[in-house]
Amino acid sequence: MPHSAVTMSHVDKWYGPFHVLRDINLDVKAGERIVICGPSGSGKSTLIRCINRLEEHQQGDIVVDGIPLTANLKNIDDVRREVGMVFQHFNLFPHLTVLENCTLAPIWVRKQPKAQAEENAMSFLKRVKIPEQALKYPGQLSGGQQQRVAIARALCMNPKVMLFDEPTSALDPEMIKEVLDVMVDLAEGGMTMLCVTHEMAFARQVADRVIFMDQGQIVEENEPEEFFKNPKSPRTRLFLEQILH
Amino acid sequence: MTGFVRTIDAPKLSPPKGEVGLIHTLRHRVFNSAIGGVLAIAIAALLFWTAWTIIDWAFFRGVWTAPDRELCNAEGAGACWPFIKARSLQWVYGFYPSAERWRVNLVYLIGAISLAGLMIPAIPFKTWNALFFFLLYPVIAFFLLLGGKFGLTLVETEQWGGLLVTLVLSVTAIVVSAPLGILLALGRRSEMPIVSLLSTIFIETVRGVPLVLVLFMAANMFPLFMPPGVNPDKLLKAVIGTSLFASAYMAEIIRGGLQAIPKGQYEGAQAIGLSYWKSMGLIIMPQALKVVIPSIVNNFISLFKDTSLVTVVGLFDLLGIVQTGFNDPKWASAQTSNTGYFALAVIYWAFCFSMSRYSQFIERKLNTSHKR
Repeated sequence: MPHSAVTMSHVDKWYGPFHVLRDINLDVKAGERIVICGPSGSGKSTLIRCINRLEEHQQGDIVVDGIPLTANLKNIDDVRREVGMVFQHFNLFPHLTVLENCTLAPIWVRKQPKAQAEENAMSFLKRVKIPEQALKYPGQLSGGQQQRVAIARALCMNPKVMLFDEPTSALDPEMIKEVLDVMVDLAEGGMTMLCVTHEMAFARQVADRVIFMDQGQIVEENEPEEFFKNPKSPRTRLFLEQILH
Repeated sequence: MTGFVRTIDAPKLSPPKGEVGLIHTLRHRVFNSAIGGVLAIAIAALLFWTAWTIIDWAFFRGVWTAPDRELCNAEGAGACWPFIKARSLQWVYGFYPSAERWRVNLVYLIGAISLAGLMIPAIPFKTWNALFFFLLYPVIAFFLLLGGKFGLTLVETEQWGGLLVTLVLSVTAIVVSAPLGILLALGRRSEMPIVSLLSTIFIETVRGVPLVLVLFMAANMFPLFMPPGVNPDKLLKAVIGTSLFASAYMAEIIRGGLQAIPKGQYEGAQAIGLSYWKSMGLIIMPQALKVVIPSIVNNFISLFKDTSLVTVVGLFDLLGIVQTGFNDPKWASAQTSNTGYFALAVIYWAFCFSMSRYSQFIERKLNTSHKR
């Protein structure tokens, strides 16, 4: 049995008085693909942002690849090395070229020699199908291309877990597919993935489990087939009716 | 209602030729209305009159050679240029002994070469050059100018003056204020309450006091903080005062730049595993500083000019040394101070305008990366 990539047990988080994550229990095995969906404000982004400590949880335990996430700065750094993240708004560094975006962390965090980092970055840029854009700046690329660069940038650190926070929500419709294709390719390659997304076709195609969140809680989780065909909770049913029209 | 399907693409054409040229511009931009036309003529006349007055005073009525003030005092005489010529060395070196002025020249020369190497993008070895300019050059300049060691005669700072003092003050303040300002700005935004509080207190205290007062306090109150009998050099106190003053302003400018950087950039940097200092140094600061280049240079320019305030604590900077010349009985005339101030304005303007142009050049250079 594969070991756990991410374990969250009894995790609670508040924004001021607002209880944003309530008793979250989640165990993600290495190689597992999880899709998290739910209405806006249900805490799904907050949940995955707790996994690399972009948000701090106040109660409960989160263990990533065997490293407990505590206030210990070294643990946080170690976790962030192993966890790649793709954001809704890409968050590429506009003052660096595509290639520099990809080699920055390997060089400064992993201490890779520049030549090796660049070679590695080029192979990932090929994998996301934009090696020819390597010397351009992010501002010169389309949204879909930028998001693929963002994926390549995360992959360059050879992460054990990849987090996707609504990666296609800010894209023009005709660019969504090129990003999803890359994500499918990644999933088929065996990457452990947690994706917050409303792309239900993607969930059906690659997810091992779909998790539905509402009001800071995990309301339902199931295999995609069962989840979509036979949702158990009325809240899930209502949500699915609304997004699947 | 029938549908429509385009079968032949509409041709792609170049835009229609507009009316262009000087006449067109004049007619449409300047004389496009009666009021506009009158204003344009009035402004042109005013400009012409101003320029003519200055040119007439400086050149046509100007006195070009004279052994002393007599010709300059004549009825209708213009600018008294021989006064500038007689005083120019003192403007540059102050009361620095003639025999030792090569040391000042050497400092100017090394500084100019090193600075050019830093400022011209095509010149390589930027890192080494920066290390030299910011770390080694100040030490070299200090020993060369002050002397007293390595077989150089001691030249007390009382003998320094003119452009030398202005440059020592402003260059030091500029060089010190940049890193100190960055640290203060980061400190003020820090999540550590003590660091944030101390930075804020420093910035707000220094910013809340006029520079003149900072200089007075530096000159008179420093000894209170020193062991009895120790009274630092007058110029050193002024340098420290202006540097701290400049740092506080710099900090607030940089803080403004930091606030312009979207939160996503911080998160992007954290998510790929960069530590605080690395994400600041590699991701946030380069972008923040780029945003505030105009304000930073604005600050440098005003700092450069503000150094003229050090006359109040008895230092002779460029302005101070020019003014002392006005009382020279050999040159005191109706036009002497006019000429001195005019030349001074040109010198200050040349320095500031160069800084301004260079900043625009750098802005353009850094900006190209984002154009499609």
